[in-house]
Amino acid sequence: MTTRIYQERQGQIHRKGKKPFALECDKESLAGAVSQRACVFCGSRVVLYPIADAVHLVHGPIGCAVYTWDIRGALSSGPELHRLSFSTDLQEKDVIFGGEKKLHAALIELIDRYQPKAAFVYSTCIVGIIGDDLEAVCKTVAAETGIPVLPVQSEGFKGNKRAGYEAACNAMFRLVGTGDISNISRHSINILGDFNLAGEIWLIREYFNRMGVEVVANITGDGRVDDIKRCHGAALNVVQCSGATMTLANLIKEKYGTPVIRVSYFGIEDMAESLYAVANHFKDPEMLAKAKEIVRQELEILLPTLKKYRAALTGKKAAIYVGGAFKAFSLVKAFRHLGMQVVMVGSQTGTKEDYQELQEITDEGTIIVDDSNPLELSSFLQEKEVDIFVGGVKERPIAYKLGIAFCDHNHERKEMLAGFTGMMNFAKEVYGSVMSPVWKLVPRKQPQSTQLRASVPACIAGL
Amino acid sequence: MNPTPDISHENNIEFLATPPKNRTRLKGDEDPKQRSESDTPGGKQVDNEAGKRAGETPGSLPRGRGQMPKYVSTTNACKLCKPLGACLAFRGIEGTVPYLHGSQGCATYMRRYIISHFNEPIDIASSSLGEKNAIYGGGANLKQGLKNVSDKYHPQLVGIATTCLTETIGDDLKMIIFEYKKEVPTDQPLPTLITVSTPSYAGTHMEGFHAAILSVLSSLCEKTPAHDRINILPGFLSPADLRLLKEIMTAFALPATILPDISDTLDGPALDEYQMIPAGGTPLAEIRKMGGARATIEFGSTLDQKSGGKYLEQTFEVANHRLTMPIGIKATDRFFELLENLSGENTPARYLGARGRLIDGLVDGHKYVFGKRAVLYGEEDLVVALAGFLAEIGVQPVLCASGGKSGKFQATVAAVTDGLCEDAPETYEDCDFHEIAERAEALAPDLIIGHSKGYQLARKLAIPLIRVGFPIHDRIGGQRILHIGYEGAQQLFDQIANAMIQVKQDRSPVGYSYM
Repeated sequence: MTTRIYQERQGQIHRKGKKPFALECDKESLAGAVSQRACVFCGSRVVLYPIADAVHLVHGPIGCAVYTWDIRGALSSGPELHRLSFSTDLQEKDVIFGGEKKLHAALIELIDRYQPKAAFVYSTCIVGIIGDDLEAVCKTVAAETGIPVLPVQSEGFKGNKRAGYEAACNAMFRLVGTGDISNISRHSINILGDFNLAGEIWLIREYFNRMGVEVVANITGDGRVDDIKRCHGAALNVVQCSGATMTLANLIKEKYGTPVIRVSYFGIEDMAESLYAVANHFKDPEMLAKAKEIVRQELEILLPTLKKYRAALTGKKAAIYVGGAFKAFSLVKAFRHLGMQVVMVGSQTGTKEDYQELQEITDEGTIIVDDSNPLELSSFLQEKEVDIFVGGVKERPIAYKLGIAFCDHNHERKEMLAGFTGMMNFAKEVYGSVMSPVWKLVPRKQPQSTQLRASVPACIAGL
Repeated sequence: MNPTPDISHENNIEFLATPPKNRTRLKGDEDPKQRSESDTPGGKQVDNEAGKRAGETPGSLPRGRGQMPKYVSTTNACKLCKPLGACLAFRGIEGTVPYLHGSQGCATYMRRYIISHFNEPIDIASSSLGEKNAIYGGGANLKQGLKNVSDKYHPQLVGIATTCLTETIGDDLKMIIFEYKKEVPTDQPLPTLITVSTPSYAGTHMEGFHAAILSVLSSLCEKTPAHDRINILPGFLSPADLRLLKEIMTAFALPATILPDISDTLDGPALDEYQMIPAGGTPLAEIRKMGGARATIEFGSTLDQKSGGKYLEQTFEVANHRLTMPIGIKATDRFFELLENLSGENTPARYLGARGRLIDGLVDGHKYVFGKRAVLYGEEDLVVALAGFLAEIGVQPVLCASGGKSGKFQATVAAVTDGLCEDAPETYEDCDFHEIAERAEALAPDLIIGHSKGYQLARKLAIPLIRVGFPIHDRIGGQRILHIGYEGAQQLFDQIANAMIQVKQDRSPVGYSYM
């Protein structure tokens, strides 16, 4: 198995045990290693994507736009501009003579057509090289159309996904402070870092509403430009997700003094803790009592159902590989509720602090890995005899090919996994995949002696 | 819903009066003169007809034809980027790792896109270029990437495609690889390295696909003693298509080298070990000998002069037979006729049987599809072939659209539908789904035929989407869709007819359980 691990990456893999914890991270991906990471553009695109009343124009050749068309399960309660894919589709002559004119014309055309509240213009690799002045074009178009036109400096090669989060936050921050903040409640928050996959933010908002908390802006799930413009009027920024919107919270804190708390809405403890943290911040006993009541009511429904799943799943082993590490923390805890053990956990873009925390909450022997790849992941899944793997689209075929159950926890998913309802869905999905009789048929579980056992050469030769 | 096909008596007569040479031609009633004009029944001939037509009526619009709006911005593109096609082609070669010289995101996005269709792992390596590399060049990363891929994947071949980034910063791949080969210690593995230039600002994924194939041929093919194999350059077909193709060639006892062959590499069995490189694909040893083959069969009506087949013809004098993708009866007949000529054998009974059952099925279902209006989109070669098939079963392809821009699309669609359609289909190159939707709404279609990205349009118009091609992202089994041959036509026809029957059934206030 170790032959599948690159020498250069040894420091990015840790097995919890006697050796003191040390994990290298935040490094550039190793060339040739088939990293599961994407790029700066991807980071910006995922963060801003759910803002539903803005035009999101990708300035570059067609690839970057077409691969992100309707890619997220981020729902909107109103406009759905975010589900369209806009591109300047740069051609050879644009690359030679510059794409500014085309960008200008495209922006005017799209703004005329859709009357959006704002436009985000994403820079791609090539724009960084040919030197189009995005800033200037955006400024001109903003003056001509009267809406904010915001450049996003997301050239793919300028770092990894985290740099893209920052670029997105910098772009959004230009909107903050331009809206009217009168009539905002004392008990008000912005929800940052939830993207309303399968309608999750509606659920979270409802919990907060039941506690008497006003939500000013969703950043960015079911997001609206006008809400972001006035989000500096909220009393507290509640931030989920490792790094995606933290930069924005910090920028707002710096300029407007808005305090920040970090939360997670995945899993029972973390969801409850999020509500309590907000109540505690406002030092309002009544609000805390309401939060406790919500948790009590929700658990009354949830816990009896979880029992059934737990009975079936106890002792099964899980592996986790996600984009940001925050999801991994909650998942480790969520699996405990199902009686399952996490034997491998990793992320594309975790920080030193993230991995330290993972080290603390996982069991002995657990593999912790940064910026992994298919060769490593497949060898870990096999070594640990994993029953279910949690990840995104790129991880799914690795699990399935090896005959291992899978739970999609990426941004394409159509199932709500946040909140107490989300925990129920999560348990259902894990149960539904792990308990499928299909795993009895896969080569991994077939006795060696069976004639029909699918050995590769025989299969291929027979075709 | 009006059960009667919406077509006037006059037009019916016009249709019936169509000269037989332009109607579905059975093997028995072909025009021998036409055959003698070219030894390549099929595409070449289509190309000639197409050229003539285009020359005769430059820019003229058929009666009742609307105008496609043209926008500066692209909304919901109907094409993918060039390196993706190259990666797909490389994936169909035995022992090959596709490699992108660019930033990390390109490889990851394309993997994600491809995985969502095939539900198979596809490891695409990347130079993972960072900011410094963009300024000082990506050579060092490329070398390191190649070393890492060689060490872990032990490939026979690494197919290196460029990206817009590395094309624009001007990395000289030939030079970097020349240096790399010199630098690799003799005891270290050195796979064959093939590069292809695929800046996504110049062409779609199909240009990338064909460019990769051409690059493989021009790098690997050697002067070889003549042998009995047939080369097949199928273009971008599904694994199911390729499996049928292989079966057909075996049935004709014609040994064939199919390049690329993704039938196993992108549709493999469940395993208990992760294969670093999936088994299958066109063997390199076979590719090297393609210059000695008896003939090349190349599918595609809009290919240009720099195709793989043309290369083999010009360099090694391998006769090139360019055919329309064998979708539908006429195009499949042409393919089988060619195989009969090449093998000197009659079409095996099982395919005659399949053809017979197909005709029988078309008769059974003809009323349900006749006069129905279809919108088609996707890769140009696929759309051309589908348009021909629809026309021959009585469905009107009212709109044929593609994000590609070969310059040959309109003429080739016109050629394959000539005499079979009430009106010539509106045909547009270089268009996106926003434009397709605008025209489609004006044309009141009954069904849509294309990949998953037309779903929103189908939903909006509340008409069926018959899923074909790539990508199929909203259903499982995209890799198992069979398009070609009599069997493929049968499956497509059944789907189309049943979709039309279902529309009528669902809209009926009564909901009969008989047709």
